[in-house]
Amino acid sequence: MSVDALSSFRVTTGTRASGAFALVAAALIVIAFAAPLFVSRSVIQNLFFILTMLALAQNWNLLAGYAGLVSVGQQAFVGIGAYAMFGAVILGGMDPVAAIAVGGVAAVLLAIPTAFFVFRLYGAYFAIGTWVIAEVARLVVAQWKSLGGGTGTSLPRDATRSIWGQEAVAALFGVRGPHAADIVSYWLALVLVIATIGFIYRLLRSRQGLGLAAVRDNQDAARSVGVDALRLKTLVYLAAAFGTGLVGALIYVQKARISPDAAFSVVDWTAYVIFIVVIGGIGTIEGPIVGIIVLFLLQNALSDYGSWYLLLLGLIGIAVMLFAPRGLWGFFTDRTGIELFPVRRNLIVAPGATPDKGGPHG
Amino acid sequence: MSWLDTVVQGVLLGGLYALFAAGLSLVFGIMRLVNLAHGDLIVLAAYLILVLVTALGLNPFVAALVAMPIMFAAGWALQRLVLNRTLGDDILPPLLVTFGLSIVIQNALLEGFSADSRRIYAGGIETASLAIGPVNVGVMPLLTLASAVLAIVALNQLFYRTSLGRAFRATSDDPVTAGLMGIRPNRIFAQATGVAMVVVTIAALYLGTRANFDPATGPSRLIYAFEAVIIGGLGSLWGTLAGGIIIGVAQTVGAAVNPEWQILAGHVAFLAVLLARPRGLFPRAVD
Repeated sequence: MSVDALSSFRVTTGTRASGAFALVAAALIVIAFAAPLFVSRSVIQNLFFILTMLALAQNWNLLAGYAGLVSVGQQAFVGIGAYAMFGAVILGGMDPVAAIAVGGVAAVLLAIPTAFFVFRLYGAYFAIGTWVIAEVARLVVAQWKSLGGGTGTSLPRDATRSIWGQEAVAALFGVRGPHAADIVSYWLALVLVIATIGFIYRLLRSRQGLGLAAVRDNQDAARSVGVDALRLKTLVYLAAAFGTGLVGALIYVQKARISPDAAFSVVDWTAYVIFIVVIGGIGTIEGPIVGIIVLFLLQNALSDYGSWYLLLLGLIGIAVMLFAPRGLWGFFTDRTGIELFPVRRNLIVAPGATPDKGGPHG
Repeated sequence: MSWLDTVVQGVLLGGLYALFAAGLSLVFGIMRLVNLAHGDLIVLAAYLILVLVTALGLNPFVAALVAMPIMFAAGWALQRLVLNRTLGDDILPPLLVTFGLSIVIQNALLEGFSADSRRIYAGGIETASLAIGPVNVGVMPLLTLASAVLAIVALNQLFYRTSLGRAFRATSDDPVTAGLMGIRPNRIFAQATGVAMVVVTIAALYLGTRANFDPATGPSRLIYAFEAVIIGGLGSLWGTLAGGIIIGVAQTVGAAVNPEWQILAGHVAFLAVLLARPRGLFPRAVD
């Protein structure tokens, strides 16, 4: 086949729906950044919750949905990120916003020895191993007396009153200090979500992403064609730890009050996240977005019923796993073929470039 | 002498953990099912015993006997209707379904019994103790360890002396070939989970009489149980007992050094064993 004939082929992942969606997404992002101009503080706080949970869910989905690493211990990275941020602010006198980066780095530092340990374990052992590590992290942090030990502590007032950008936002929007701090946190959450989704989408469309999918589907086969499974999984594990640590730190900048039980809560930072991903659709970027919307609507609809809410969530999770294991988005995409973040590679053949050789009968 | 005492108490505590773990070990060994709701099922059984004790005025030990067939049926139905659908090469579905089940059981108990901690009163036997040589041991902890050993002996007999046990072992090794020999894996799995729930009921009896429990108690018990199973090695019930004792001794020794280190010491012992032997101490079945 000549070079000329080759150039009439193109491998692409884009589809018409994804092209249109890219424009919508760009518009949505602009609107989201401008949102503090026209919505109230409580809406901003709700959006902050949605965005941070979405970022956590994307990170867990990267692990479980793409790398096949089902972790029940992501709360370790939320907690360590949050505590590192508190440590940097209280003991190091840093600005809380700058200290978020410290949280991400601390999570990676925890993830490196953890990876050495848990990667010796398979499947279910891996899940339990990550959970035990998170418990160990919680119990060790509870011994850290200068950050309040087991009862926890609060961010000092002068630190929460003057976080980066707070004054400028307060002046620009004409709002009070705490409201401005919420807006700053909201923007940071938005940036974090966009960066997380952008990173995952780029990764999946790259060579490494293809290797990752191969490893998830059949590790032995992938290794036999030269994919370094362990290296890829470690990369994903560390990246997810970094992202989770950043989100953990950001959540606690906004909360400004921390305790080991809350920061390392398996229900808050892992159970909800797993439900978001499973209900929405595991192994897709759209899934967690659908999942967080469902979770938020359920939470609002059932907020007066206390534990019925979690009970129902558990039942929905079970039902989805049994009857629609690919989640709501998987259900939708199976019927419509629409993908907003397509990662499948399609071969596009230019018109009139039918190859004269090759193919089954060539 | 206090160190001897610490170790003896640790071994006795290990008996409780082994009892928590025996049912899990059975299910895990036969069908590789990771039941994240196991701890909550123990708590559920404890509430069932509590209801039988308060409503019918039964002695807790009798109430546990009454609860056993009920829990067997519940386990059988759970496996038949729900968990069998999740089994396969992918470990995600069973993990997620039992995780959901765990949340459902916890919140259903919370709705039904409130968050108050409860206790099953066994009429004074809880505080009785025996002097064995230089150490005093509680009657209840001793009974717990004896029950754990007895349960494991009984399960081993079931495993190696009965046709049901043969079917368990065959299905564990290779469900497809077992199927060719006329065994229906789904039925075998349902019976195994039923048996596991009987052991869970025994565990619940001691959980409820020895300490307070509330709807949120399950997960922390689950983690000890899993540690015991994994330390012991897949498919080995005696290994599970050894695992429980290792966790128990590590916890009491840790607590003797610093009361805040009790739980931490147990987890660290688990991690240390797993670091040296990723498949546990006495693995029998192939994973």
